[in-house]
Amino acid sequence: MIGQTIRVCADWKAKDASIVSYHAPDSLEDALAALTSADTRLLGGGTDIFPPALPGKAPTKILDVTNIREMRGVSESAAGWRIGAATSWSELINHPLPPAFDGLKAAARTIGSVQIQNTATIGGNLCNASPAADGVPSLLALEAKVEITSAAASRWVALEKFLIGPRRVDLKLGEILTAVIIPPHPGKMRSSFLKLGSRKYLVISIAMVATLVEFTDSRVRRARLAVGACSPTALRLRRLENELRGMHIEQLSELVVSDDHLRPLSPINDVRGSAEYRLCSVKELIRRALAEVAEIE
Amino acid sequence: MNEVWVQPRVEFTLNGERVSIRPANGERLSISLRERLGSRDVKVGCDAGDCGACTVLMEGSPVCACLTASQQARGKTVETLSGLIKGDPGARALVETFQNHGAAQCGICTPGMMVSSVALLRNVDCPTEQEIQDALGGVLCRCTGYRKIIRAVIDAARGETAFEEVEAPPLGGRIRRLDGFAKVTGVEEFGDDVGDAGWLAVRVIRSPFARAGFSFGDLQAFVDGRAGIEAVLTAADIAGENCFGVIPGFADQPVFAVSETRFAGEAVAAIVGYPESMRAFDEDCFPVIWEERPALAGFDDAMADNAPQVHPDRAGNVMCEGLVQCGNADAALDRAAHIVEGRFETSFVEHAYIEPEAGCARLVNGRVEIHAGTQAPVMDLESMQVILGTPEIRIIPVAAGGGFGAKLDLSVQPYLALATLKTGKPVRIAYSRRESMQSTTKRHPARITMRIGADAEGRICGLDYDGSFNTGAYASWGPTVVNRVPVHASGPYLVADYRAKSRAIHTNCPPSGAFRGFGVPQSAIAQECLFDELAERVGIDPLEFRLRNALRNGEPTVCGQTFNQGVGIKSCFQALQAHWDAARSAVAGFNDSAKQSKSPLRQGVGIASGWYGCGNTSLPNPSTIKTGVRPDGRIVLHQGAVDIGQGANTVIAQIFAEALGIPVAELILVGGDTDLTPDAGKTSASRQTYVSGNAARLAGETLRRRILRLCNASDSAVISSRGGIIEVSDGRTVHAVDTGRLEPDGEGYVLRAVETYDPPTTPLDENGQGVPYAQFGYAAQLVVAEVDIALGTVRALQVVAAHDVGKAINPLLVEGQIEGGVAQGLGMALMEEYIPGRTENLHDYLIPTIGDVPPVQCIIIEEADAVGPYGAKGLGEHALIPTAPALLNAIRDASGARLRRIPATPDRVLAAIRKVADG
Repeated sequence: MIGQTIRVCADWKAKDASIVSYHAPDSLEDALAALTSADTRLLGGGTDIFPPALPGKAPTKILDVTNIREMRGVSESAAGWRIGAATSWSELINHPLPPAFDGLKAAARTIGSVQIQNTATIGGNLCNASPAADGVPSLLALEAKVEITSAAASRWVALEKFLIGPRRVDLKLGEILTAVIIPPHPGKMRSSFLKLGSRKYLVISIAMVATLVEFTDSRVRRARLAVGACSPTALRLRRLENELRGMHIEQLSELVVSDDHLRPLSPINDVRGSAEYRLCSVKELIRRALAEVAEIE
Repeated sequence: MNEVWVQPRVEFTLNGERVSIRPANGERLSISLRERLGSRDVKVGCDAGDCGACTVLMEGSPVCACLTASQQARGKTVETLSGLIKGDPGARALVETFQNHGAAQCGICTPGMMVSSVALLRNVDCPTEQEIQDALGGVLCRCTGYRKIIRAVIDAARGETAFEEVEAPPLGGRIRRLDGFAKVTGVEEFGDDVGDAGWLAVRVIRSPFARAGFSFGDLQAFVDGRAGIEAVLTAADIAGENCFGVIPGFADQPVFAVSETRFAGEAVAAIVGYPESMRAFDEDCFPVIWEERPALAGFDDAMADNAPQVHPDRAGNVMCEGLVQCGNADAALDRAAHIVEGRFETSFVEHAYIEPEAGCARLVNGRVEIHAGTQAPVMDLESMQVILGTPEIRIIPVAAGGGFGAKLDLSVQPYLALATLKTGKPVRIAYSRRESMQSTTKRHPARITMRIGADAEGRICGLDYDGSFNTGAYASWGPTVVNRVPVHASGPYLVADYRAKSRAIHTNCPPSGAFRGFGVPQSAIAQECLFDELAERVGIDPLEFRLRNALRNGEPTVCGQTFNQGVGIKSCFQALQAHWDAARSAVAGFNDSAKQSKSPLRQGVGIASGWYGCGNTSLPNPSTIKTGVRPDGRIVLHQGAVDIGQGANTVIAQIFAEALGIPVAELILVGGDTDLTPDAGKTSASRQTYVSGNAARLAGETLRRRILRLCNASDSAVISSRGGIIEVSDGRTVHAVDTGRLEPDGEGYVLRAVETYDPPTTPLDENGQGVPYAQFGYAAQLVVAEVDIALGTVRALQVVAAHDVGKAINPLLVEGQIEGGVAQGLGMALMEEYIPGRTENLHDYLIPTIGDVPPVQCIIIEEADAVGPYGAKGLGEHALIPTAPALLNAIRDASGARLRRIPATPDRVLAAIRKVADG
């Protein structure tokens, strides 16, 4: 009704169709064989690759890893859990896992939106190496390792070491991050995750806290606690973890987190919040995240 | 090259059919669907997964097509809205319920919303509100405030699709939008949906620096040397004037900058080429050399001594100033029993409509025909005639995927016109989200100081206002803001002693222009927040304080204007009284138990008002509406009041139908095409219901008289029209009007009426005294908010909005405007801050999601206006004005925090809470 439709036939032939190359193998062997040059970009869910993509700056070769069998799905063995790097966050959310993974699942549900969770992959979240990567704090608390595979060999690196800095990871030419390995955890471990943002959905974290705690006789036997978006890569607060050991469950919600505990953090001022605010809020988030696991117990 | 690297065909199932395409390497699925497969029902809003407009189902799961490589669809099933509505029962129900609730306003987010809803309804029979929010959290809507979308999904899940409107009268009828069906079926054509896939594409080259000198390399060699590039456009291609603007005497913005740019994102050139080549074109290859120069980043830079001038003829970077004064503000403040004062700062606010500017153009018999979303087709036409130096232009507005003020200015139109003129071929353009945010207008950042006094009884005793507005690099609607603000800064209260000064300051920022409220929302924040502090000083309840000071019929405004009827602000406040009392007592109870349980949550209630003069400030702004009867008896309404989602297509038709005395459904609507439809002015200043509505009423009355005269029927006769049969019942006599026997005019009409209405205003004198507007609309809102006092986060829990609209022509659309305005007000108060160069996308610039807008209870007040059609008043801007101050007052009520810098982001709220705690 408003605005007539106009249709004019026109020549749809581009004068210089760009040279294109796209490869989506279904085996790791094929993928590694094809991964021979530095101009190849690995594509997972695309949720970090497409947003900043500018016309004319596309990689000449795209290696789509989402069909690779060895990189999909979650499996369990005596060595722990293996999460294929191309597993989407939705698949992880829907996979039955023990309570130690509740925090990671809670983090997964805060990643962007359902649309993002349906395609974004765990490996992509790690390789993108954003300081605010939502999956990282919980994976650090789970003491995750990453499995890196090249045509020649496989190697395993602690996630803490794999993440070098913003947008920097320990991955060399010819290597693919193929899986995340979570060591076995006693069934009694409890986990929690809190994310602070300025709106409900589709929000980048101002700060995040992930915990993983084991209780015996109402006391903390082991605790791991990681903070995201407050340092170049998410970090565990080991001094605090040590001090938590032996603490009674009733004390957790009363915990006073000191500046000293947060010394490893180095938050920045950005559009989401000031550095000072991040430190203040992290103290509160830690207290709440611990209170949450205490309540579960 | 390794042999596995190939460019294969990609085959998949699209809406049940096998399709085969050969996309470019890693081409976004959204491009393949829209450009190779014709699925224009897939909308593109951000290309970053931030808005969800492009949501499609892949193997049944919602994904963003803009983040999916087309090759990833291989062998899979892909479903889009147009396919879903053919077969999926949930989608078919949603088609009805979205219309029943007015869940689609502009319609650009609607495909994403509906596709996401279908995925939910397939998995969950009766979803809870929380499940609906989780499912739709990835789709942004800027018009509706989401609540009607939630209701539509609930109804669809329950199978409640019926809508009873059949016998609704035109006036006051809660009818569905007349243009809603196209929006909920994905066939509505927005800016980028009209042109063909093969048409040439235009890309603008923009300044990377806030201020820069520049020089081009060899542009001819560039074009000759690049396959697929057809032309480059620069200032040299402009036959008319390289200058546009919206306010006479202030036109100052070039289509292409010449020698120096004044803001980051300003255009210097444009490239025209074949679409695949343009998609693969790297802008860094364009031959231009930049020389960055020192820029004025904000007020402090621009107002410093010896600051460089953005425009040589505007000393001190002051573009213009405004003043309204009455009585003696200083003397009144001297004798006041209580005085409060504050300095407030607000930020650039981005319109963030989900459709970035887009359009197409072609030459038809030597005339330039421009199809683009706009709020002001005739102003576009006049500006383009100046730029092109020819009158031979036709503007055809396409559906605007949101406007809110920014589509009052030219954006894509000059580039389209110049490109089609230079190449002789049809052309298209679609701004990226980044260039939309960089280059189009914003809400003015304001720096406001205000002092308000009250006597011992709590009556206002002196108000002194001073506001500076960062108008950016070019004038745009800055003069309007500067004129409007002093008229409105008192709020809808009786203020006898008043002085309000305003000024617009140039900086090297994007031009600030029109945005829902034209500076009034910023001023209302200062005034309404200080009112709460003043009420506290006086020692009376904030609502009682406002009631005591509310303007009444017969009392003068600060411009010395008096209205003998229709001053509805007191009624708005009274309507909130019971809600206020209940909310105050509920939050007191909540806070008591929160303190006992050591919870960090505190709740508070805030209240604020707003008023807004409908139409231009003391300037003519006529609307003309034309109607004609065809020989087949069908009645055509030429309705040029552009519907950008707010509902003018429906409301103007309802007013006209009421005046003529026939059902709305009998009308054939013709839109705002400048060749077909007279000028109904701009969709701005909450003027369409009032001004164009009056023109429609007059046109309806005139046509009615002409039909009655044909039959010699009396004035009390009743006209009926059904499927082209027009009958006139006069007492017991029934006349059939045989339109087929009447001689049609050159346009094919056997009867016609054309009527114009212009609001009766007078110019303001040197003290701002006079009649700036023929009518004001009034509003008061109550917000309940919850503050986490340990983290500084704020959640709005409830909004009650009382709006005096004079006469609700269509209550469903009134609610839509209120709920949408509230959502924008919440965003402005809590999260929206555009920082040039930093927040040029929809993940750094945040607008409310479906999880951020609470239930909104609308209370419609009808205090008839003396001049509005059937007493109706404008509404569009009023809806937003009270929300931000009401929310800020609720934050203060909850936590004691006084926010002086907006938005109230968690870090600012926490800092303000700590300031209270530290004394």
